[in-house]
Amino acid sequence: MTDYFNEMFESGQTRPPYAQLEDWTRAMPAELRQMKQAEAEALFRRIGITFAVYGEGGDPDRLIPFDMFPRVFAQSEWRRLERGIKQRARALNAFLLDVYGRGEIIRAGRIPARLVYQNEAYEQAVVGFAPPRGIYSHIVGIDLVRTGPDQFYVLEDNCRTPSGVSYMLENREIMMRMFPQLFRENRIEPVDGYAGLLRRTLASVAPVKCERDPTIVILTPGHFNSAYYEHSFLADLMGVELVEGADLFVEGGFVWMRTTRGPKKVDVIYRRLDDAFLDPLCFRPDSMLGVAGLMDVYRSGGVTIASAPGAGVADDKAIYTFVPEMIRFYLGEEPILENVPTWQCAKGDELKYVLEHLPELVVKEVHGSGGYGMLVGPKATREQIEAFRHKIIADPDNYIAQPTLALSTTPTFVEEGVAPRHVDLRPFCLVGERIELVPGGLTRVALTEGSLVVNSSQGGGVKDTWVLAE
Amino acid sequence: MLSRTAENLFWIARYIERAETTARLLEVGARIALMPSAGHGYRSEWESLLLASGTSEGFATKYGDPVQRNIESYLFFDRDNPSSVISCIHAARENARIVRTAITAQVWDALNTTYQEIKLLERKPRSELELTDLTDWVMRQTAMVRGAIEATLLRNEGYHFLNIGFALERADNTARLLDVKYYVLLPAVDMIGSALDNYQWQVLLRALSVHRAFHWAYGGEITAAKIAHFLTLNRQCPRALITSLEAAMVHLDALAREYNASGPAQRRARALVGDIAETRVEDIFDEGLHEFLNRYIREVGALSVLVHDAYLSGEAR
Repeated sequence: MTDYFNEMFESGQTRPPYAQLEDWTRAMPAELRQMKQAEAEALFRRIGITFAVYGEGGDPDRLIPFDMFPRVFAQSEWRRLERGIKQRARALNAFLLDVYGRGEIIRAGRIPARLVYQNEAYEQAVVGFAPPRGIYSHIVGIDLVRTGPDQFYVLEDNCRTPSGVSYMLENREIMMRMFPQLFRENRIEPVDGYAGLLRRTLASVAPVKCERDPTIVILTPGHFNSAYYEHSFLADLMGVELVEGADLFVEGGFVWMRTTRGPKKVDVIYRRLDDAFLDPLCFRPDSMLGVAGLMDVYRSGGVTIASAPGAGVADDKAIYTFVPEMIRFYLGEEPILENVPTWQCAKGDELKYVLEHLPELVVKEVHGSGGYGMLVGPKATREQIEAFRHKIIADPDNYIAQPTLALSTTPTFVEEGVAPRHVDLRPFCLVGERIELVPGGLTRVALTEGSLVVNSSQGGGVKDTWVLAE
Repeated sequence: MLSRTAENLFWIARYIERAETTARLLEVGARIALMPSAGHGYRSEWESLLLASGTSEGFATKYGDPVQRNIESYLFFDRDNPSSVISCIHAARENARIVRTAITAQVWDALNTTYQEIKLLERKPRSELELTDLTDWVMRQTAMVRGAIEATLLRNEGYHFLNIGFALERADNTARLLDVKYYVLLPAVDMIGSALDNYQWQVLLRALSVHRAFHWAYGGEITAAKIAHFLTLNRQCPRALITSLEAAMVHLDALAREYNASGPAQRRARALVGDIAETRVEDIFDEGLHEFLNRYIREVGALSVLVHDAYLSGEAR
């Protein structure tokens, strides 16, 4: 039986950040809790935050379950996380600028050329082009798990279009509305500055040809996308237009949007669309979601795309292993946050180890996401393990393996009262003229007892995440 | 404002107005069906209602003979029927979801709640649902949407696009509802002026929620001329053709001021209002009520196209 770190209780004592919450739960009768839970759900439904899971069918208006028990960090804990996250975001951007430029890190022999240049996410179309301020990934989502009081691991980096920030903001709104008393008793750092910071970040990377206050838009695949709510939510908070590909067109070396007053020039596009769909002339010719000619304007400095096309090469699971190396190489610093030890099935000896230890490992697809196509060894049946073994042998390059981490737990409301459930954390780091991080993030919680899978597509829920002021 | 946003707003209003009209049509039909027919049994004007709502072909393909129960289902709950109440409410809510940021929380709330509620109604056994309760519910919900728009929305371009949608759809729908009466009368011209005929007119007024208003405005006997005047030419009537066309013109002019540019849509709207303001009720009957109404249905359609070309396509410069 693995011993899991409980963020609220340590050897029978309540850890200081959670001190106030203990009284709060004790004073809350079951009926009140159920009433509040129902109220929270009604609020989410009314606001319209729902989540559609690809390929599952069913109710397109499904809610992500919200757990009212907050997850709390002390100021000192957060400071260290913040330094580590910013360090990582800096290194990832330095890496991107390098691999689309001179490739120093590869010449220095720190990362195998094959992993970068033959990577599916490596974008030939932007080789040699340096985006404004040399920034490729403007919004970096770093997934973290905790295994002890001071032990944090980075699970993966998301340099393309990490989602979930709307939950961070709405969870807080709903908690403040339902339990104002809690916010009087605890001094909690606010997170509502996020939209303002995002706007400033995007404005700071306006393209060279932009000579006035830049016009910013968010580009969405459309209202059928599962994250559409978030796209429209952010557009609203920032006061910018939410556009689809069909709302934009290219003419005279610039990008324009169709408005009721006629065409209006667009300077910065925060896209929530994969590279492949951005421009049918440059990438997938069958894309109906993008804008024909967009990449030509981008490369001639007529528009900024955030995150930049090609940023995905930095968050690939195979590249992940080398991030600590990037931090040392570009920044001359030691990594503050650790990587999870990772075995590459592409390497013969590591594959051998993985196949021998499947029941204790987590195996993931290199390009997979959302908790799909993965094996959690300790939770899998013998048949599932054997079936997965065949998949790995058939295509070893496609898999990596990691030890099953003893994910920390936080108290969570369940049917019978309060019980520990496993959690992870995704903070959102903004990279522009400055590097910014709001004190908080999205805490995802595995609501099923004993489960380590926190993905919302697999029955995970979310919590409000507090950073206490000093 | 994005052209697509303007288009979504325009259609939210049209769908809400249309949902209301479909519910009103159902009410007209249900009341007429309660009356004994001249021969034996009861009158059935369902066929003409389906014709008026432009859904008779779709209904015939799916159900065959016009049976009241099926018509109720088809006009209220059938998602295959694009004009059914549920289809309109769903479409309005989807359009709102797309432009969530261009409307207030209250407007979204009203639209979203309406859709969530009709989904619950949809799951109930039909036998537990009284038609009048359903139509009352629609009136209440659409009033809530309108109220939220009036009370909370900025008076900017988006507000004008919504109102142009409401006005054009209402002008179209009033003409169609009035035209139902034409179909109803057609098989029995000799009944004009009879008690039965008057009852039908009353039903129509009642379905438009203007029967009390009518009596206040005119008094005395109900006549075809008075009703036609009330629903087409009387500015006091909120659903009259002239009231709706003037509303469309007012909001188109407001847009022109905001954009500092006036175009074919504004010119057409002014011409239409000028034309109907000069019309006397005798002219309508000279032309033929049915012909007059259909001419206006076509005019309103043409005006919609002009609005689309000027603002919703993003092509005009």
